[in-house]
This record gives sequence, structure tokens and C-alpha cells, in this order.
Amino acid sequence: MALATRTVRIGSSHGLHARPAKLFAQAAKDAGVPVTIAKDAGAPVNAASILGVISLGIDHGDYVTLTVDGGAAEDILDRLADLLATDHDAE
Amino acid sequence: MSTIPGVGIGLGVAQGPVARMSDPLPAPENTPSTLSVDAETARVREAVHAVARELEERGAQAGGNAQDVLEAQAMMAEDPSLETEVDTRLGAGATAEWAVYDAFASFRDTLTAVGGYLGERAADLDDVAQRVIARLRGVPAPGVPEPGHPFVLVATDLAPADTALLDLTQVLALITSEGGPTSHTAILAREKGIVAIVGAADAASLADGTTVIVDAAAGVVLAAPDEDELQRARNRADARANAASAPITAGALADGTAVPLLANLGKPEGAAEAVELGAEGVGLFRTEFLFLSSTRAPTVPQQRESYRQLLEAFRGKKVVVRALDAGADKPLAFLNDAHEENPALGLRGLRALRAAEDILREQLTALAEADADVRASGEAADLWVMAPMVSTVEETTYFVTLAREYGIKTAGVMVEVPSSALLADRVLKEADFASIGTNDLTQYTLAADRLLGSVASFQDPWHPAVLSLIRTTGKAGAELGKPVGICGEAAADPLLAVVLVGLGATSLSMAPSALADVRATLLEYTLDDARRIAEAALAANDAASARTAAREAAAAQN
Repeated sequence: MALATRTVRIGSSHGLHARPAKLFAQAAKDAGVPVTIAKDAGAPVNAASILGVISLGIDHGDYVTLTVDGGAAEDILDRLADLLATDHDAE
Repeated sequence: MSTIPGVGIGLGVAQGPVARMSDPLPAPENTPSTLSVDAETARVREAVHAVARELEERGAQAGGNAQDVLEAQAMMAEDPSLETEVDTRLGAGATAEWAVYDAFASFRDTLTAVGGYLGERAADLDDVAQRVIARLRGVPAPGVPEPGHPFVLVATDLAPADTALLDLTQVLALITSEGGPTSHTAILAREKGIVAIVGAADAASLADGTTVIVDAAAGVVLAAPDEDELQRARNRADARANAASAPITAGALADGTAVPLLANLGKPEGAAEAVELGAEGVGLFRTEFLFLSSTRAPTVPQQRESYRQLLEAFRGKKVVVRALDAGADKPLAFLNDAHEENPALGLRGLRALRAAEDILREQLTALAEADADVRASGEAADLWVMAPMVSTVEETTYFVTLAREYGIKTAGVMVEVPSSALLADRVLKEADFASIGTNDLTQYTLAADRLLGSVASFQDPWHPAVLSLIRTTGKAGAELGKPVGICGEAAADPLLAVVLVGLGATSLSMAPSALADVRATLLEYTLDDARRIAEAALAANDAASARTAAREAAAAQN
């Protein structure tokens, strides 16, 4: 039960907008523990908030830092990092 | 009776009672709440929950892209950051209505300030806010009406999310007060063969339940018509329905000048319907569908199979295939991964193919093989191949030479960039034919991004500057004896089709649903008539007056 963080490069070709943002925020909400996302060195926002995620204006190739507080933190990070690295716009 | 002018889509006429997309709700007042904070909080939670579930249900009904948009909206309704903002306002004694209104507005401003794509999401957020506030007030949510009987839909403009939910069997006609001939509404109307008038600014005054005649051919809406007018409109609608079932003849003018009418297709599966509607071949086969759904380019055998299906459906007929047109509105990761500030002016069309020449070579290989396959089993199709977005004579030479290397007999270029139109005499010395893509030609001539709503009013192919470039290209084609076709929304507008022929177009390619109207209209004018009507349009100052001038010249002809 500790804070776990990981930095991931965004894989979706249109960045973290629209559909990928929805998928990510949904997954963060389903994690059931607090998750935050920050772009570069910016302030972290609630990852379960689709509006928060969208307003970060994250583009393809940007680096983001995820922080998970509690639960099976490493497993949750694996899942979310995987989601961010995938190109959902190409599906 | 009153008459409201607008831009008609197609030649149809329809009548029926108006049902309006409801107007946005008035903003709530910031008056202190008379309820407890807990009571107001409970009201917000109930409303937000109900709206989110309803959006999800609508998404499940709609499916496809619309489902993603609607599910994202459901998440916005229940967004935790938004909830915090709402709770802060409730805690300060605000009403549920004001707290929701003001909290959504603060997020909206953040998105709008970022601009671009995020700015457009602001509209999604507005829609959610409206729904929640409507629920709190106990009034119907703004959106597509469901009066329970067939209706004429009147709206400011229709968003893709609206049309996804529209029950088209109930829609007699469409009227929008904004939007132009290439708006989402116009494209939908053309595709589905719905009578429509767009850009009818005064349509905002039409009340629910008013009977109207929507006359797309004349470009007017008649409000509260008398029985005679209704009967005449009914007779015309019947006559047009009969014409649609009349025997299909080859496209021609009144004096017998042949103008082959071809189909724009995006998939080989569309071939049967196009043939049924009288397409004399394919004027534009878009190959993007093979590529858009994959992260890697499709293999040569995969492509060959699709092209073979297409060519088999058109044995003995002309089929113009466009090489992959990626970039701008349809980016492909494996072709162009670089972020561009102005993608429409970037590495797209032939430029992108040249940068990834293997993809072009594979496509030409697959096309030549498919052509040989079909030839081996009976009559061949007449395969023409063209390059998208060619802007120089050198690019023309490059493409034609490469196509010949693979045994493609007829190789040409799309004229979409003004530079190609201006040098059409030189471009057509190299190419076997040209095909004018009117949508892009308009975008580049008027310097107005096709995808940007704020400059949509510039996107009108009737603009005399666009017509002038078409004439330059048509003239070059006539002098060199090379065909100049039109593909793009412009050819589907019956009167504009006459103008295009008058400017020198030798064939017209369009969505198959537009063929019947264009065929019928061409038969009313001789080539001399068409030239006179075109001259009238060319002499105008802007798109709207070009349309009016052409209409007047056409009326004088008959």
C-alpha cells in the first residue's frame, strides 16, 4: 500500500482526446483507488475525470506521469500504461 | 403565406408539419436557494445520474462513432472534477440549476481557451449541461424532436450526434437556418435523398406544427401555403417519383451531347447499387477504406482482391481509381506520422505517397494485377488511375511515368490545387486525363479549411473564382483532346452540373443517389445553353449571386 508512479509515452495518433480519453478515464475510474495523471512537469489531475484528462491537451508522443495511491498499484499501472501506449485511433 | 429563401439540396419538393429542434434553454438566474444544501445536492445527483444513463442508452441505440461521443458525454455528466465544482457552488447557497450552469461554464471556458479540437468539445459539454438543467426544471431536453408523426425538421444546423439519432423514416424534409451546401446536413440529405434547404436564415421564425412546402429546386420554403399550392407541390413530388422510376438513359444534354454520369464509390460493395441507379462507370473510386482501418498498409493480394471485385462489377465500363489520398482529414500512421500545423497544406495526397513510394508501387501492382485477372475471365473494365492532390507539372510526369511502368494504360491527375488548374495546359500534356475535385479546389482557392466550421461559408463551389479555374482546366482539356471530369459534391447539384458542362467538363461523377436528378436536368439544356448559363455564373461577384445568375439564365432558356 504505497504510492506508485510511472511515466508513459502516448501512443494514440490523435493524442489523449475523444475516444482514447474516454477509455482511459473509464479505466482509471474502474481502478477504484485514486489515480492522477500529469503532463510533463505539470500539476496532476484526477485521472477518472474525463474533463480533467481532456483539458491537459495531451498529444501523440507526449510523456505523462501516472500516480496510483493504494490497491494493487503496480497491476493498475500496468493496465493503464498499456492503454496509454496503444494507438486507439488506428483501431 | 410567406417565402423563406435558402440553398436547396437536389431538386425535390416535400410538404408537412414543422417540428423544431428545441432552442437552448434560457440561462438560470443566480438567486439564493430556498432549499437546504443537502436537498439541492440530491437534486443535482438525481439529474446527473438520469442524464448519464439516458446518454448511454442513446449511444447503445446509435452504435458506431456516435456511441463513443455519447458515452464520453455521459462521463462528462458524472465527472468527478465537475462534481467538486458543483458542490462548491451548492455549499455557497446556490440553486442546483445555477450550480450546474456555472460549473459547466467554467470548464467550457477552459476548453474554449485551448481552442482547436478541445474548443469543439465545448459544444459536447454545452449539450450535457442543457440536458441536466432541463431535467432539473422538468422540461424536455433540447435535441431531435419526436412528435410521433412524420415531420419537417427545422434546426439551426445538425451535428453528427443529432443525425445519428434521427429516425429518417419520420423525416419528410430538412430545413436549417445555418450551414452551406457542404455542411453535414447537406451531405446527409444528398446521401439519403432527403429534400433539404440549408442556410435559410429566416427559418428560425417557423413555429412547431406550421405546414410548409420545402422546394429544394427553387431554394425556398413556403410557410402556411394554400390548398392549391399544396396540391401543385404534391403533383410535382409524384412526377419526380415517376421520373426516378423512368427508364435510365445515358447522361446527355438536350442536343444529344454525351455527358457520361459516373459514380463516386468508397467500397467495391457499393457497385451494385450504383449500376442499378444508372451509373455508366465509376468516376472516383476512393481507396482509403483499404488503409484507414489498419495500422499497416494492406498487402498486394488483399488490395488485388478488392480491386478485382470492383472491376468485375463494371466490365466494359470506365473505372477511375484514385491512388491513396491520406493526410489532412484522413491521417494514416504508417504514411505520415509527423505533427503538422496545417495538414491541408502539408505532406498529403501524392506528396505523402512519394515520401512512401513503396505503398504507391504496391498499389499500382495490385491494380495492374486485378485488371489482368478480370481481363482473363471475360470483358475487361476500362481502368483509369489518378493521383490525388497534384500541384506541379513535375509531379504529373512522375506519377504518369510510374503508372506506365506498371502497365497502367490511362494515367491522370486530380486537379484540386489552383496551381494545377492554372497550368492545366501543361499538366494535361503529360497526363491522359484530369479529374477536378471541387471540394478541395474550393478549399484551396478560397484559403478556407474544409474542416473548420468558422469558415464554412467560404466552402461553396459556386464561387466564380472556382468556376474560373474549372473553365481554365476544361479549355486546356478541349484543346488537347483530353477528358476533364468532375468528381466532388459540386457535380451532384443539378444546376451546377449544367454549369460545369458549360465550363468544359466531359463527365460528371457523384454519389449514386444524385444521378437521377442530374440526368433529368441535363436533358433540359443544349450545350450552347449550358455555356450561356456558365457565363452568367462566371460573371457574378460571389457564390450566392453566381447561383442566382445561373438560375435566371436557366429560366430564360426554358
